Amino acid sequence: MAHGPAPGIGRWLFTTNHKDIGTMYLWFSFAMFFVGGLFALVIRAELFEPGLQIVEPEFFNQMTTLHGLIMVFGAVMPAFVGLANWMLPLMIGAPDMALPRMNNWSFWILPFAFSMLIGTLFMPGGAPNFGWTFYAPLSTTYAPPSVTVFIFAVHIMGASSIMGAINIIATILNMRAPGMSMMKMPLFVWTWLITAFLLIAVMPVLAGVVTMMLMDIHFGTSFFNAAGGGDPVLFQHVFWFFGHPEVYIMILPAFGVISAIIPTFARKPLFGYSSMVYATASIAFLSFIVWAHHMFTVGMPLAGELIFMYATMLIAVPTGVKVFNWITTMWRGAMTFEAPMLFSIAFVILFTIGGFSGLMLAIAPADFQYHDTYFVVAHFHYVLVPGAIFSITAGVYYWLPKWCGKMYNETLAKTHFWIAFIGLNITFFPMHFSGLAGMPRRIPDYNPLWADWNMISSIGAFLFGAAQVLFLFIVIRTIFSGRPASDQVWESAEGLEWSVASPAPYHTFIKAPEI
Amino acid sequence: MKTQADKHIQRLSFKLALLAFLMFMFCLFVLPPLYQLFCEVTGLNGKTSNQAYIAKQDIVDHSRNITINFIAVSHNNHIWTFSAPEQSLVVHPGQITTTKFRVENTSGRWIAVQAVPSMVPINATNYFNKTECFCFNRQILAPGEQSDLGLQFIVDSELPKAIKSLTLSYTLFDISEASSKEIQAEQQHRIGLNLSRVDNLITLPNASEQNTEGNAYGR
Amino acid sequence: MRWIVSLPCGLLLFLLSLSTHASEWQLNMTEGVTSISKEVYSLHMLIFWICCAIGVVVFGVMFVSMFLHRKSRGVKSANFHESTVLEIIWTTIPFIILIAMAFPATKNLIDIYDTEDADIEILITGYQWKWRYDYPADGVSYFSNLSTPLEQIYKNAAKNQHYLLEVDNALVIPAGKKVRLLVTAADVIHSWWVPDLAVKRDAIPGFINEAWTKVDKIGTYRGQCAELCGKDHGFMPIEVKVVSQQDYELFIQEKKKLAADIAEAANQQFDFDELYRRGESVYQQHCATCHQLDGKGLGIFPAIAGSPIATGPVKEHLNRVLNGAGAMPAFGEQLSPVESAAVVTFQRNAFGNNMGELVQPIDIVEFKQGR
Repeated sequence: MAHGPAPGIGRWLFTTNHKDIGTMYLWFSFAMFFVGGLFALVIRAELFEPGLQIVEPEFFNQMTTLHGLIMVFGAVMPAFVGLANWMLPLMIGAPDMALPRMNNWSFWILPFAFSMLIGTLFMPGGAPNFGWTFYAPLSTTYAPPSVTVFIFAVHIMGASSIMGAINIIATILNMRAPGMSMMKMPLFVWTWLITAFLLIAVMPVLAGVVTMMLMDIHFGTSFFNAAGGGDPVLFQHVFWFFGHPEVYIMILPAFGVISAIIPTFARKPLFGYSSMVYATASIAFLSFIVWAHHMFTVGMPLAGELIFMYATMLIAVPTGVKVFNWITTMWRGAMTFEAPMLFSIAFVILFTIGGFSGLMLAIAPADFQYHDTYFVVAHFHYVLVPGAIFSITAGVYYWLPKWCGKMYNETLAKTHFWIAFIGLNITFFPMHFSGLAGMPRRIPDYNPLWADWNMISSIGAFLFGAAQVLFLFIVIRTIFSGRPASDQVWESAEGLEWSVASPAPYHTFIKAPEI
Repeated sequence: MKTQADKHIQRLSFKLALLAFLMFMFCLFVLPPLYQLFCEVTGLNGKTSNQAYIAKQDIVDHSRNITINFIAVSHNNHIWTFSAPEQSLVVHPGQITTTKFRVENTSGRWIAVQAVPSMVPINATNYFNKTECFCFNRQILAPGEQSDLGLQFIVDSELPKAIKSLTLSYTLFDISEASSKEIQAEQQHRIGLNLSRVDNLITLPNASEQNTEGNAYGR
Repeated sequence: MRWIVSLPCGLLLFLLSLSTHASEWQLNMTEGVTSISKEVYSLHMLIFWICCAIGVVVFGVMFVSMFLHRKSRGVKSANFHESTVLEIIWTTIPFIILIAMAFPATKNLIDIYDTEDADIEILITGYQWKWRYDYPADGVSYFSNLSTPLEQIYKNAAKNQHYLLEVDNALVIPAGKKVRLLVTAADVIHSWWVPDLAVKRDAIPGFINEAWTKVDKIGTYRGQCAELCGKDHGFMPIEVKVVSQQDYELFIQEKKKLAADIAEAANQQFDFDELYRRGESVYQQHCATCHQLDGKGLGIFPAIAGSPIATGPVKEHLNRVLNGAGAMPAFGEQLSPVESAAVVTFQRNAFGNNMGELVQPIDIVEFKQGR
């Protein structure tokens, strides 16, 4: 078993090695991040000033739809699965994932799904144009023919996620080194365990909702068609029953990454480990009972609105606990500010700002004004970009030396951080203002009233895009010409992953480590 | 050779896959009816029942006046006119009332339409009982045919006191494409009855003809 | 490291100097003109300031820590990592703050849901991509389309102040009266939103939703569709004119007279030039967004120029325009017989189609009656 990687392309096609598969996931998500980012830049370029200049509304809608779908399913989720593949076995002292062959399969179906999805751009009638939330009947009766391809692609993505989640749970529950009890696991392992359960619970619901769409479109059923006794609002309930946990699927692993990085650079153990675990679990639980806060304007009875409003407000409590724990971890530490720490601190600040706007959105009467405006766009980008993207970036800088045995260039990485940080805020902060001032989302053209904020946002978007190109450059430069990294890498990093050599050998922990 | 750990992994993975499969089935087969049931019980989406209400002996409460507004809405591609001649009625709870909606097929072909009811305020939905309604069945109309669609209802005397007016809307959907069999049966039926509209049978509904050229979305 | 600070500041200043449009840099939610919108606004500000206060405390502690507890200052890290008391405190305090927020929010929501005792009832129907307003009590009904000319959208003309927020027929309501709004849709889901009234309600095909408003201040209030509804989602604005009771009555009478006029015009005969001229303007308003100004179509939207429909039998053409097909909406209810006749005449003779035929309003009426 102790042989090295197979030579040539076969290594990647047939690999069952968690490190290879993790690497492929990460590169794949990086590529998708650039594709989704390109679509975002088309959107921002069109919105640079009022009037229609670059694209037509029809194509604009395809861009917003694909940007959302690719960023959610192609960039953020595979990136976290990639991190999980690489780090979970290293963190719990396992030789590999529990189901290595399924691991290969769950990665390799993804490129097909996304080739199909992006390929719809070239279909007659164009790509899906109904937003990443694909509300019926716009996505059924009124959809372009490419919707069928879209449904198939979503099925494949869902299958991939479910297989990944099964693998992760099986690994965590069965493959821990002796002595690695549940409450000794690093928080990244915990958050992924909970995320994996969320995935298994809700990805089938997504599969179900697109199946219902498929049946409505091709087999004459009426799940979402009022004429046949269905209800378009049912779509929204089912979609958000998937969609809200999905949001947490994209943020819980981020909590784990941040909880690994902050203690390292504060040189102090994580504060309130067990309360972090409980907070994560309660966030996951609450995510199942708040879905209708995405649909306050749909016309629910008063009691329904109130229940969902209260439940949503409750999420602030466990989320607050997490933020307080991180800050207390920093308190009276001895901090240094390398790139992973910078990204993590930016995560805590900006994610909290996103949390504040989330709390505002939870207030149903105020949501009547915020709903479907740029305020919502600002909110979820503040949660997802600094939340998911920054934590992934932080994780990459943190573990990259372990992966490739080379140290990245700190000055370049800090430059990357500052450009990304400034770009992000220039892009998304003005969206709060344009949204409050009344600009609806998903419009290709707008009144000059909102012109200034949009112009600033657009400039920020290109700055943020440039920062990511720099990121790509830094990663490649590190792999090819970084200076060698030590096994420990970071002065006070703790965890089993630092006990193996840098770069991590192709096979690790063939013999279980002593805890 | 399988170790104990491998068996554990297999068993666990199987359970998890089963869980995922069950969630899928749950979403597909349990959620929609559950939602319908939930809506019927709570009136969540303002949809009134599509089952005829069996009138029970109810005392007419003359002390309360409830205004009922009727709204007629036509879904897209309307080839008919649809209206509520009696826009509003004042009734007492417990009183059996009859009204009608009027539809006229202005197209040159046979059509089938389905009315979908909806009511506001939402919490009144369960107190509005229909003993007869054209929305229970699809309506088939010959070219140019005008028809009065009957509705008989009772407002439950337990209607919450705060509610003084109800609005009932019917949205009429074109379901000709899905109803060609029913339309043909109706045509046969009317020939059997020897009605004078036989001349109109020449224009059989042919939905595909409507939807072919110059329309990439047509299906 | 000073450039790190000066670079974004310089950039921001540069950006500010760029913006020469006469916009107001509006930052915040509108206070609006109804009691509900004012309540919503103060609720929004309340929550906002609470968030700010929490932010100042949380970020304050964080920045102090980042300043004091850095390795470069030679500090040694402490080793504490648990405190049940602290955990309880920071679970309880947010909880109490949330409860304090919930009270005004609940009250506000109850007010929004009180649709009883309305003076007027209006039915709002969302179409791709326009609104229709019905006053059932008066039998008045009309469509409300975007009135911004295409030249402004495609930057061939200067944009006016109400660019994309102006319509041909505004919704008119009397001041000081409680107006009950019933919202539904005829195709996909739309959402009727006017920020100044703090009313946003989804328009769902087959279902009816209600909202209400009572505006005391005479004026014009603007909004937009707030739910993605297809290609021209960004081009279906809402304009609400709040007028005095007398003006409102005048408006209703006018609309009734207009309806009678249209019925009468349907019996008139027009000459070719008149029909062509009228048809051109109808075409620009209703057809050009999809079939394009030059009649050449766009992507899935077929060309009118040389199309088998516009150069084929008149009856087929009328059927397509009046009854629609697939993605092509039915215009039979939206266009008056004169407008329909004019646009069909125009399409059959413009763009090099030159069929030389003209369609009279009476033909439309007869076609609709199935003759």
